[in-house]
Amino acid sequence: MLHVAVASRAFRRYSTYRAATVAGVFTNSVFGVIYSFAYLALWKANPDAGGYDAVDAVTFVWLGQALLMTVALWGGGATDDLAERIRTGDVAIDLYRPVDLVGWYLASDLGRAAYHFLTRGLAPTVVGLLLFDIALPDSPVAALGFALSIPLAVVVSFAIRFLVASTAFWLLDASGPRILTGALAIFLSGMSLPLVLFPGWLGTLAEALPFSAMIQVPNDIWLGRHTGLDLVGALAFQAGWAIVLLLACRLVLALATRKLVVQGG
Amino acid sequence: MAETSTTPASARSWHPVARYGDMARLWVRAELSYPASFAMLVVGSMLINALDFAGIAIMFSSIDSLGGFGLREIALLYGATGVGIGIADTLIGSVERIGEFIRTGRLDQMLTKPVPLLVQVCSDRFTLRRLGRITQAGVVMAWALPVVDWTPSRVLVAVLMVLSSSALFFGLFVLFSCVQFWTSDASEFANAFTYGGNTLTQYPLTVFPRELAIALTVVLPIAFVNWYPCLYLLGRSDPFGFPAWLQFCSPLAASVVVAAALLVWRTGVRRYTSTGS
Repeated sequence: MLHVAVASRAFRRYSTYRAATVAGVFTNSVFGVIYSFAYLALWKANPDAGGYDAVDAVTFVWLGQALLMTVALWGGGATDDLAERIRTGDVAIDLYRPVDLVGWYLASDLGRAAYHFLTRGLAPTVVGLLLFDIALPDSPVAALGFALSIPLAVVVSFAIRFLVASTAFWLLDASGPRILTGALAIFLSGMSLPLVLFPGWLGTLAEALPFSAMIQVPNDIWLGRHTGLDLVGALAFQAGWAIVLLLACRLVLALATRKLVVQGG
Repeated sequence: MAETSTTPASARSWHPVARYGDMARLWVRAELSYPASFAMLVVGSMLINALDFAGIAIMFSSIDSLGGFGLREIALLYGATGVGIGIADTLIGSVERIGEFIRTGRLDQMLTKPVPLLVQVCSDRFTLRRLGRITQAGVVMAWALPVVDWTPSRVLVAVLMVLSSSALFFGLFVLFSCVQFWTSDASEFANAFTYGGNTLTQYPLTVFPRELAIALTVVLPIAFVNWYPCLYLLGRSDPFGFPAWLQFCSPLAASVVVAAALLVWRTGVRRYTSTGS
């Protein structure tokens, strides 16, 4: 119940900035259009590059734009609040509370993600549907799988961002690690180019890393490239990384609490 | 730097460029006092941009040409637009945060100081970290240079291209940041044109439909950032059949955009009323 309350407050907090949301939807749509034409040219030169066809490729672009803010690929969201509270020392108050810190921030980030999904996720997708030929899930199972994979993608992304924010316990300023991780996430999630186009070992590596759980896996589920047992496997891949990374968050937090010194005691 | 501190204020040049230099130096000194953080941010900035070009290079593992252009030709386009936005972003990137200055009331403080407002806004938090982008784009462009059959006139056009590209992005940053005089939390709107313009010009214009190519020439002349001068450098005829003299018009397009940006900036400042905070 508490976590639902935290999540709904986070949702409402983000819904305050309406002009920012409209500007963001506009920007997502502009980038969607640019990448769509670039990919159309690529798939015109090689009609089945990476096993996608041109419609799959354009669909991939717009799903990526929809998920970009939902999973906070660049960083941001509840974990930025955490990094700032570690820097200022306010995190001591968070640690005093009789609730688990990871769960608290996760609930808050899920509330944010829900808002971003409903606005900056859905609106650019509608723009994409109007302007381009986009594939819809061809079975209810694929649609359901996609719906399940989004929250998993958010949890994986949250856990990585939480770990990055936790570096502030040692470095005080987490902006260096935040920028580095953001750059890796953009490249290795499939956001800058679908991972199916990555050659050889680079492709294998990128698909095994948790970043692929944020964009590539949900998109492939939507496109119907995971069916039956393979679909279960894709969701298990996301869930597996989510669990491992959340446990890592717990561990890092325990280590950090032991060394935490707040001014005055 | 030592002489700045010893020169009496009355003897200093009040030229805006000199003022800009003073403030930028202050920020650089502040930045370098945290060397570890600075190093990490420079490496991060170079990594972001290196991965950006890696994405395009990987495309060429499944194709030989994109929109009729090879990888080196696209690297030339990429380098020209990257150096351009890199220089503009280093010099005046802070103008993006005008909405923040309005919300926090800092713009009011700035208005009381005897230095042009645009100079103050642009030099705020000047950072050398953005040199990472210029360096990376410069390296990509250098790699692409052998693809051009160099002549003296092509060298001239190439130099003018980089200058015009910087000026065009300068104009775009200022022009679209001015939107924040009207809605102070819509800073992301400008990204569609600045970073969007940068992304768009990384690809040959031939990947876009003809209507868009016309709009990017006549309405919002982003195609002059690199496309038209690069056609001249590569000795190609215009794929859309547009006149060849457009290939020399980048400086003109840049002047028009910069003039428009300064006009809109003045209008924005005139209609600005403080939030009172």
